[in-house]
Amino acid sequence: MRAQNNGDLLTGHERIAQAIAAAAHRKEPAIVAFLTAGFPIKDQFIKNLMLVALNADVVEIGVPFTDPMADGMTIQRASHAALAQGVSLPWILAELSTLSTKLSAPLILMSYLNPLLAFGLERLPAAALAAGVAGFIVPDLPHEESETLRAALQAKGIALIQMVTPVTPPARLKALCESAEGFIYAVTMTGTTGKAVTSVPDSVVSYLQSVKVHARVPVCAGFGIRDRAQVKRLQPYVDGVIVGSALVEVLETGGDAAAFLKNLHVAD
Amino acid sequence: MQISTPNSSREVLLEREIAREFPDTKGRYGLFGGAYVPETLVPALDRLSAGIARWLHDVDFIAELNDQLATWVGRPTPLTYAPSLSRLWGAEVYLKREDLAHTGAHKINNAIGQVLLAKRLGAKRIVAETGAGQHGVASAAACSRLGLPCTVYMGAIDCERQAPNVGRMKLLGATVVPVTGGDQTLRAAIDEALRDWVADPTDTYYLLGSAVGPHPYPYLARELQSVIGRETRAQVIKQTGGLPDAVFACVGGGSNSIGMFYPFIADTDVKLIGVEAGGRGNALGDHSATLSLGTPGVLQGCYSMLLQDANGQIQETHSVSAGLDYPGVGPEHAFLQSVGRVTYEAVTDDDALKALSECCKAEGIIAAIETAHAFCGASRWAKTNPGSRIVICLSGRGDKDMPTLQKTLLKGML
Repeated sequence: MRAQNNGDLLTGHERIAQAIAAAAHRKEPAIVAFLTAGFPIKDQFIKNLMLVALNADVVEIGVPFTDPMADGMTIQRASHAALAQGVSLPWILAELSTLSTKLSAPLILMSYLNPLLAFGLERLPAAALAAGVAGFIVPDLPHEESETLRAALQAKGIALIQMVTPVTPPARLKALCESAEGFIYAVTMTGTTGKAVTSVPDSVVSYLQSVKVHARVPVCAGFGIRDRAQVKRLQPYVDGVIVGSALVEVLETGGDAAAFLKNLHVAD
Repeated sequence: MQISTPNSSREVLLEREIAREFPDTKGRYGLFGGAYVPETLVPALDRLSAGIARWLHDVDFIAELNDQLATWVGRPTPLTYAPSLSRLWGAEVYLKREDLAHTGAHKINNAIGQVLLAKRLGAKRIVAETGAGQHGVASAAACSRLGLPCTVYMGAIDCERQAPNVGRMKLLGATVVPVTGGDQTLRAAIDEALRDWVADPTDTYYLLGSAVGPHPYPYLARELQSVIGRETRAQVIKQTGGLPDAVFACVGGGSNSIGMFYPFIADTDVKLIGVEAGGRGNALGDHSATLSLGTPGVLQGCYSMLLQDANGQIQETHSVSAGLDYPGVGPEHAFLQSVGRVTYEAVTDDDALKALSECCKAEGIIAAIETAHAFCGASRWAKTNPGSRIVICLSGRGDKDMPTLQKTLLKGML
């Protein structure tokens, strides 16, 4: 078990900050691990979640959607397989609410906007809080459209995590970083999730450095992160790394997810 | 969860629409519209909005567009009086002949305009999606004409049922990518085109073919397609001395219909009726009647009406016509429905095919199956409103539908 949280007194924002700070204390980037809820097998969701949570600092749970336009083949496949088994946002929240063991890693829900709208933005924050959710990532909700959801979540201390990208213009990057909550999700490349970043080019390094300059919350890099060497290369520039498709593929093929995640902890 | 707008605010919203105030500064038509896209695409949409503001009303741009429309597309297209349908329906029926535009449908109006804009914006390549293949063919032709490489994403099911159009796109020099993910129709093709654009938002221009997607696309499609309604309005006045009683157009994503309706919005005595695909029944999955049977939500970049389940998952659709087989609809149509300016109704596969057959025999015109939905809606309306003057947007020709027609209308006739 990694950093213990201090129970229910902390807001989602604070739990995320604390988890990432604990990794910094260990002198390594925090590992933000993503899994699609109910994939590959619906009944093993909680088992997989516990396994991932024990080996990561923050857990990002994917709410499946029929049209994941920002995602590559792996997460598209996982989403469709989860939907085919009847996974839904109400089911995910209900499952999380029944967790008997308190997880130390804060939970973030990654969902496209429409399932959240269908659930109802009025009742989502309370339901998410009751399920122990510390933050949301909504990949098709740019800052300009986010006011209603942001305000609703803020009332319950839940973070709405902002993405920035290498093509975000400087003035916009500054504004997005300064208003960010929880952590900044710095997308390392243009394109969808899952493509391997074989190297981290200098242009990405200078982009991450400028994100860091403006950031008032931790910066986590995501998209295309698959192995320990990449984590090491990114270590000087970020507070955490997000690993998604690569972990989903390990779970899909019945691989050793714990070993995979342990290997990404570069201080170990 | 039907959107209900109080009468007083309906009137105010309609006045604002007539005053051309929509889309507003947030890209909205009342509640509908907006731009729900990944952060990677925000700068690209901002550049597109800036490009539209810079060029769409620029004198030189308009001159170049009008020259292409006149000498290459073949505009203005005729407004044809339909004497036999008039007799059969007890009405005075006119057909706006977008089927006679180059490449056989209204899609070319939007494609040539957007490719001209893409060139002004310095794009290196064009990506497009297509359902029936008409937008794909129009995009391929416009790119070839103006010298830009073109990649078209098309659902694998659509590739099969619109096979002639796949060949046409290839002849016109486009790369056609069959999409085997998702529902393998227009929705999956849009998802895949968006993913392509996300990978290269700076040099790639996404040529969206309908009045859907994030702002400013619905606005851009409306502006470029409004040539249909502007010509029609002038032609019908010239030929008959007055305005029509009712105007009909089919609605999938809604580009031919918004182009036809928008110039008539202020003529509040003219009834505007959009006809959707009722498919084989009213159960979710059996139709594509988004406005008639859907609920509001966000799909592929905009807040509009959708066909979705209780958990916000988008549902598969069905229509005999590939071009109407889509679970969303342009946000301005959702708005026009909410304020009561346009009425939307659905027509089944079988009734659309019967209407197609009737038009062939009566007027010697093979309409596209999409368009045939509008014919059916018009004939029903004519029968309850005898003596009316009616205009139908004949949005495209049916040559591309031969594989489907062989399996339906022609079955047993060969």
